[in-house]
Amino acid sequence: MISDVVIVGAGIVGAACARALAVAGVRVTVLERGAAASGTSAKGEGNLLVSDKGPGAELDLAVYASSLWPTLVAELADELGPGFPSLEYERKGGLVVATTDAGAEPLLAFASTQREVGVDARAVSVTDALALEPWLNPAITAAVHYPDDAQVQPVIAAEALLASARRHGAIVRTGVTVTGAIRAGSGAPAGDPSGRITGVTTTEADVRADAVLIAAGPWSGEVAGTMGVRLPVKPRRGMVLVTTRMPHRVFHKVYDGDYFGATQSSDAALQTSSVVESTAAGTVLLGSSREQVGFDERLRVDVIREVAGKALRLFPFLADASIMRTYGGFRPFMPDHLPVIGEDHRAPGLWHASGHEGAGIGLSLATAELLVAAMLDTPSPLDAAPFGLDRASLARHLSPESEEAA
Amino acid sequence: MSPASAASAATPASAARTVYAATPASAARTVLVIGAGPAGLAAAKAARERGASVTLLDAADATGGQYWRHLPASRPSANERALHHGWSTYTALHDELDRDPGCEVVLGAQVWAIEQADAAGQPAPVAVHVLVGPPDGTARRGRTFRPDALVLATGAHDRTLPFPGWDLPGVFTAGAAQAFAKGERVALGERVVIAGAGPFLLPVAASVAATGAKVLGVYEASRVSALVKGWLPKPWQLVGAAKKGGELAGYVGTHLRHRIPYVTGRAVVAAHGTDRVEAVTVAEVDADWSPIAGTERRIEVDAVCVSHGFTPRLELPIAAGCELTPDRFVRVDDGQGTSVPGVYAAGEITGIGGVDAALAEGEIAGHVAAGGSPRDADLAAAVGARRTFTGFAARIEAAHGIRQGWTSWLEDDTVVCRCEEVPYGRLRETREATCASGLRSMKLTTRAGLGICQGRICGRTVEQLIGATGEAGEASAPATSVTTDRRPIASPLRIGELAGRDPNTITHRASEKGHP
Amino acid sequence: MGARMMPSRHDPIRPRGEQPIGISIDGEPVAGVEGQTIAGVVLATGRLAWRKTSVDGRPRGLFCGIGVCFDCIVTVNGERDVRACQRRATDGDVVETQHDELPEAAR
Repeated sequence: MISDVVIVGAGIVGAACARALAVAGVRVTVLERGAAASGTSAKGEGNLLVSDKGPGAELDLAVYASSLWPTLVAELADELGPGFPSLEYERKGGLVVATTDAGAEPLLAFASTQREVGVDARAVSVTDALALEPWLNPAITAAVHYPDDAQVQPVIAAEALLASARRHGAIVRTGVTVTGAIRAGSGAPAGDPSGRITGVTTTEADVRADAVLIAAGPWSGEVAGTMGVRLPVKPRRGMVLVTTRMPHRVFHKVYDGDYFGATQSSDAALQTSSVVESTAAGTVLLGSSREQVGFDERLRVDVIREVAGKALRLFPFLADASIMRTYGGFRPFMPDHLPVIGEDHRAPGLWHASGHEGAGIGLSLATAELLVAAMLDTPSPLDAAPFGLDRASLARHLSPESEEAA
Repeated sequence: MSPASAASAATPASAARTVYAATPASAARTVLVIGAGPAGLAAAKAARERGASVTLLDAADATGGQYWRHLPASRPSANERALHHGWSTYTALHDELDRDPGCEVVLGAQVWAIEQADAAGQPAPVAVHVLVGPPDGTARRGRTFRPDALVLATGAHDRTLPFPGWDLPGVFTAGAAQAFAKGERVALGERVVIAGAGPFLLPVAASVAATGAKVLGVYEASRVSALVKGWLPKPWQLVGAAKKGGELAGYVGTHLRHRIPYVTGRAVVAAHGTDRVEAVTVAEVDADWSPIAGTERRIEVDAVCVSHGFTPRLELPIAAGCELTPDRFVRVDDGQGTSVPGVYAAGEITGIGGVDAALAEGEIAGHVAAGGSPRDADLAAAVGARRTFTGFAARIEAAHGIRQGWTSWLEDDTVVCRCEEVPYGRLRETREATCASGLRSMKLTTRAGLGICQGRICGRTVEQLIGATGEAGEASAPATSVTTDRRPIASPLRIGELAGRDPNTITHRASEKGHP
Repeated sequence: MGARMMPSRHDPIRPRGEQPIGISIDGEPVAGVEGQTIAGVVLATGRLAWRKTSVDGRPRGLFCGIGVCFDCIVTVNGERDVRACQRRATDGDVVETQHDELPEAAR
């Protein structure tokens, strides 16, 4: 019977899990080594997408998550009142376009497979695409409209989930770093190394719990490591460019068809694909890049040059727009490109909710529901088995030898 | 002098400084200097004297920086020197470098990014990316420099604390008044109040008076006792700073001639007007800068020029990987070397010390960047001057540094972030509603600091108001910290300029919405 | 009352000759002098504000005067977001003031 949970990490996933557990009556303590909502959750665009995933477990999770957001946004607004900043949730819609003749058919075929599993993916003519996005490069070769792609302000969403969790009794402590696990068993202070995990040691006091959940994004591997457990999640860096405020000319999330290709690739070399969207503040965001450079935050001009160049292929008018800012973040990616949600089969008492790569914001709510169902042994809205740490595609990454290969 | 002996020599008199790895002397070193104000000009000259090949960059279309901001060549005058201090020093520096084939002066040169060595995959300490052309142009020429050594002399800008009505037209920084008086002969008003803190207010008042405007008063927030304490703890050092004393004596003289009141322990606590400033409220403030109730006076004005000190321009040093001191200046050793081998810093970015410190530091930085040693005999005068005038900087801060009581003159609707129009009340409410402790979360939630100026004006104020000091370890690892001074894009640039003017374009079909 | 340029004949630095230029601001012709920045030309006419903010529509003009605050931005010959205090005015420049509203959904 789980009645006390420690959650390591106060990003969007930790926040969503904290709220879901607290609402279910569980006593929750969230431990965050830095500031809340300031890691990867603060470095993305707030994408809630169904367009970028092919049929499979992750798409199922995304479709389910997509249905949860409107209800949650309304609940939080009621709960937290008008004084709390707006989450800026908008079902803005996505438009994926092919920019080469060779890319047209694969894009349309991909959309067709998504339709078969219930995604609203509408192939539109180039003329209709230009009606949706008048400033789009008219030389595109194919387009698919996804009305269900949505947008939220991710930092405000995470802070709102935490605020709600607090109202339901959760404790959120920032500036506290977890240093290891406490295990049940007699003898040594940390208990029997193979015993059930019953809490954590920190840079402040120990915290006891029935379950410890690691939701630390790309740093989850490091946290797991302090507990003697291997979690093969790695950082995959992305850069975003931000323009100055300008008259509104981009109305949806617009991507070239390379976007979903890049997410599925494990190639370590730089990958870029174009993503362009406007924000409520009147700026335009340009993405996206994927590189494996560890946690190196330093600027690389060649990366942002490539992002800029690809954005101009979609929207030539942007050539004269000014970039005023660039920021980067580290997506947490698992070697088989699926998040891990559930109990660690090797370490009872330890749970995971991480590895969401670039989809963490959207998937956070569904992740929380799956996790709560598993923890409290209640019916799960979706089959959680594909996200288990014990899935076949992860097996070789969990063995000690794979440490060097990583 | 060999690097080994340079590293082992003890540093006399002043507190021991860390000595970073000395750069090896070599023939024809390339030295890039960013900033052509006093520090940068001195650095370029000193580097040339050691035989380096020098490139001197400035974003403006003239050298001189802010201190020697002057009229353009198209507006010649017989006696421009009357507006300046040390004009001959400037013209000598400028003319020498301008004539020197070994020094390339590139004006209209906007540095927009600096990449650190291994991040860029290059052997040089940094890659410096520049756009040359009209300010904020759309098709400027891109140049990338990979010098053997880099000298950063990017200077500082006014730190102006918010107060009710400061966003009204007619409220300016003191630096704006100075720039337009000296650079354009424009008076920003006819009835002008100058306020804030620091010795800079005095030359500003003189410049404004020299445009024919009436300066109604100079209001310095620091109290007399603090001034005395700050300026005179070591009178023998003040003797060494006679030139500075001389400069100030001139300003005080101007004041007497123009009969401008100089009043301490006073602050402008509000500006009033509908669409422009029409009046200000000046109040007495206590030693903590809290306004004292009942002391408010209303003064009718048409311009207010306010500066509470200076913020160093740190985005380029931070981009280059330079460590900062706890009080957020670039950390340098006795050769003006930063924590990054091959990168040097001089002038206001190492501490607000004024023109004399900048000239001394610039000379040392240029000399060492070009392969010399701070212990070389020809640097002795500069080393001595640096000691005198950087000591001065510490005393200016002690006398005029911002005191925390100023926040009590804020109202809930006082704009704090000018670009995004974020009022003080919203910062407080958001902080309470989210229990936010982090600067990044607060920025993204309120948008404070996310506008076009990227926190240059409001950043340090927002940090102070929300009580955030960034994340752990910030002071020593600026490249990975949340500090508001970190801006990887150091200046806006066009997407077309970033992409390179022939990006991978798709073949266009004719269309009424088609664009080139 | 207000901002103005010091008349050459009264200026103690004894200016020696200036070239007149003309620019337009939102279609209105404005006279200036070669070497002035666009902000200098505007301020010399006594005008203090030439932009409206995006959220509250408040007037802004010059603030920092040295290119740091970006309050003074104008569109020059079609180029948006040009700092008026940094860009020298050229004879014939077409200057348009900027008032960038937020996207409709946010208003």
